Amino acid sequence: MRRRTLTFGAAAALVVIVLVLWCLTIPATVPAAALPPHAPDVANGRTMFEIGGCTSCHATPADDPQKVERTKLGGGLALKSPFGTFYVPNISPDPADGIGAWSEADFVTALMKGTSRRGRHLFPAFPYTSYAHMTLNDARDLFAYLKTLPPVSGRVRRHDLGFPFNIRRLVGFWKLLFFHGAPFTPDPAQSAQLNRGAYLVNGPGHCAECHSPRNALGAIVESERFGGGPTPDGKGFVPNITPVGLQHWGDDNIAWSPKDIASFLADGMNPAGDYAGGGMAEVIRNTAELSAADREAIAAYIVSLPPRQGPKPPSKKKEPAGAAAR
Amino acid sequence: MFRTVFAVAAIALFAGAAIAQQDPIAARRALMKANGDQAKIGASMMKGETPFDLDKARKIFAAFEEAATKVPSLLPENSKTGGDTAADPKIWQNMDDVKARFAKFDADAKDALAKVSDLDSFKAAFGAIGKNDCGGCHEKYRIKKS
Repeated sequence: MRRRTLTFGAAAALVVIVLVLWCLTIPATVPAAALPPHAPDVANGRTMFEIGGCTSCHATPADDPQKVERTKLGGGLALKSPFGTFYVPNISPDPADGIGAWSEADFVTALMKGTSRRGRHLFPAFPYTSYAHMTLNDARDLFAYLKTLPPVSGRVRRHDLGFPFNIRRLVGFWKLLFFHGAPFTPDPAQSAQLNRGAYLVNGPGHCAECHSPRNALGAIVESERFGGGPTPDGKGFVPNITPVGLQHWGDDNIAWSPKDIASFLADGMNPAGDYAGGGMAEVIRNTAELSAADREAIAAYIVSLPPRQGPKPPSKKKEPAGAAAR
Repeated sequence: MFRTVFAVAAIALFAGAAIAQQDPIAARRALMKANGDQAKIGASMMKGETPFDLDKARKIFAAFEEAATKVPSLLPENSKTGGDTAADPKIWQNMDDVKARFAKFDADAKDALAKVSDLDSFKAAFGAIGKNDCGGCHEKYRIKKS
């Protein structure tokens, strides 16, 4: 009799625990009722599109990155990560294969809560951790702009993730630990330019998502935000853009001025006369489309970042000269 | 005196060729570094930090031309690893594209060398080469390690 009570008690406790965990990981949404009336500003939507870098992941890939059609957001890019490979979805306004049938609330929910239209967690390979800092109106304007782009047909394949990373519900726990989606609050003590720069960098610009190291669960190491780190596929290195990186840069120990940063964001030329390679070249194609004022705001904010030490870039392997010829 | 100069020059030339034979990675890195040093001078003139100088401008494009003609032959199959190379293995899977890019780089540098005359023409040429030739190849085929 006692043993049956014990087993029954244990089962009941288990059910309660599972229920609690289930409730804790319910995907958050933004209901349509929460959206006040708003006349979309498509021009602002385009700005958000450029600084948000949507095309860099969502455009149909081409063999030559310089030949990608930036407004054809058919998806399909493969993003290799320590958790497997993500295949970026189609967000063109195609009603069947893209977001053509989405409501504004669906879009804002995805962008700012990381929840899909069917109410499931989105993997944070989509950087909603940064986009959550956008204003509601900027998100709505972005949606309006995306709807003006050409529809692209073709669904993208599912992600190829290892167990347990492929269980979407578990992202709910990840969000509890690492996702604090608070909207950006301007600092009244700072200039309008600095606030604009802070908003662009931390919100739609999502710069820290590449320029920071990540922990074993793939979340940004907060104490080293902007301190640089390995690229997601592990092959390259993204630099430290706090003053630790930018004040003693390159072979000649150059200090980047805000003017250097702003002009770099316009044409990709760094103070050494070299041109941005790797992932940053893609970013420059976007930031080149912003207004000069926005680039200057970004630059002003970047130089104001607190100095942070990040991970060391991989040390250069020294092999004897001529080894390759053997 | 001339014989000494000639001898030294000949030795340097042969030594350079010998090094290139033995260590293509070091040789191509040296050419790219020379490019970078020249590009720095170009950047400074582009930004108006130093005054425009036609001789300096020509020297920049001459260096670009030298790299464009020499580097393609410094990419043998056995130089994918070893040394301190930032060359992406993709180069060897796309050698036709890589060679075509260097040919374009060479043509653009020759064109710029012939046509540059003032700051405006320099800005146009240097900017275009930097973005399309330098940037395009670096984006696809260089691994940034630091």
